[in-house]
Amino acid sequence: FPGLADVSISQDIPVEGEITVPVGSHSPDEDYSTLDEPVRDTIMRDLKAVGKKFVHVMYPRKSSALLRDWDLWGPLVLCVSLALMLQGGSADSKDDGGPQFAEVFVIIWFGAVVITLNSKLLGGTISFFQSLCVLGYCVLPLTVAMLVCRLVLLAGAGTISFIIRLIVVVAMFGWSTLASTAFLADSQPPNRKALVVYPIFLFYFVISWMILTFTPQ
Amino acid sequence: GGFEDNMQGGGSAVIDMENMDDTSGSSFEDMGEMHQRMKEEEEEEAEGDAGAGEEEDGEFLGMKGLRGQLGRQVADQMWQVGKRQASKAFSLYANIDILRPYFDVEPVQVRARLLESMIPVKMINFPQKIAGELYGPLMLVFTLVAILLHGMKTSDTIIREGTLMGTAIGTCFGYWLGVSSFMYFLAYLCNAQITMVQMLSLLGYGLFGHCITLFVTYNIHFHSLFYIFWLVVGGLSTLRMVAVLVSRTVGHTQRLILCGTLAALHMLFLLYLHFAYHKVVEGILDTLEGPNMPPFQRVARDVPVVSNAVLNTTAKAIALTL
Repeated sequence: FPGLADVSISQDIPVEGEITVPVGSHSPDEDYSTLDEPVRDTIMRDLKAVGKKFVHVMYPRKSSALLRDWDLWGPLVLCVSLALMLQGGSADSKDDGGPQFAEVFVIIWFGAVVITLNSKLLGGTISFFQSLCVLGYCVLPLTVAMLVCRLVLLAGAGTISFIIRLIVVVAMFGWSTLASTAFLADSQPPNRKALVVYPIFLFYFVISWMILTFTPQ
Repeated sequence: GGFEDNMQGGGSAVIDMENMDDTSGSSFEDMGEMHQRMKEEEEEEAEGDAGAGEEEDGEFLGMKGLRGQLGRQVADQMWQVGKRQASKAFSLYANIDILRPYFDVEPVQVRARLLESMIPVKMINFPQKIAGELYGPLMLVFTLVAILLHGMKTSDTIIREGTLMGTAIGTCFGYWLGVSSFMYFLAYLCNAQITMVQMLSLLGYGLFGHCITLFVTYNIHFHSLFYIFWLVVGGLSTLRMVAVLVSRTVGHTQRLILCGTLAALHMLFLLYLHFAYHKVVEGILDTLEGPNMPPFQRVARDVPVVSNAVLNTTAKAIALTL
């Protein structure tokens, strides 16, 4: 580039930065910028976070990892998979398949929002999205129960399969309720725990009932 | 509070005479004033004020004259005032802390109120106290929704235009909110001493009887059992609500109107809930009597084959019982 031959910079002044086209504004946390890493790293980091939370749900201990870094990926995946598995389990007409998906979706999210509002109104210290995150993740045992029920139903739909399904669903329902109580009840004043636990119980009861009465056509 | 804020402090309703310059045609030596005009210029552009700011340079603002300056001033002030009022209204109404006092209960209080809702008071000459609490009624409505869902699924109800859940939620919440509002309106007409929150609370706790009745009769399908429960349990909770309402009203005609309406609506709702969502199972029992179908079995959706035959006999069964 002959035109640049005249451009001279004094040697005392240190030249720094990039000679490429300047990109808008430099954000203050540029050191932690995740834009430059490969996509695989980004996805794996999120997947690992989601997986860690799944483990926390299956073995509920008094850890605050679920609460601190909340995310809604896990609940979304669980909700969609549960709704997909519950679809097609209705009576003869074909237009009953549609509402099942919407039903489950709306029940889970609307129910979670109501429980969150309720716990906030009762004087809870947990934030809105943290509560949604916990309630969504604690649907995991019930999704596992749904999987087991579908497998059992492949083998036949008699009384024995009903008893097996009943036991599995009741056990998972108890697990879900206990797991979410372990996380959510701590944020309440001690004498009002029962007031917060009851709506959670009702919420998981409705979901368990939908799973138990599922019959594939 | 809002009125005073408008008169003092930040924005004033009076045009600030300092900013108006008679020699505005040629004065642009005041850099501060020019900066302020440019700022107003930007704000108006942000508002979507078309045309005015586009071609102009900051320096030639002075040429615009009196009308331009006045207009900009007014627009700026209206924007400020509007923004302030909107943010005040938002923080007032979108604040859930408004509802916080109505959820301030202890579990023992809730249990006590649940049991009390089935016991009619005897003293109707003295206004009875109603707790303005919304936690119990809300939980009872949701419980009723869950029980309805259970009943609809066991009776193989097929809803064409919508979902089971939507119907259950719509019915229960519609009843609670709608009948409360209607009764509040009637109470206002009949000069009864009751507030909206108290009415919501009273009716909500009255649903406890409904929950018990439906929970029992959706699982044990005997017609006569339902009628007994309807009269006894439904009647008790209705009597309690009616007694409390009567204690807060003066005048015979008014008392009669209020009590009659509430009793009718409450009892009829229980009847409706039972018959609208439950007839198919009764039809099954009537046709398949014998050891094959004990009444406690969950006949959820494992009997699709039977439902067609059942629907024909259901009409007969209902006609016979009615």
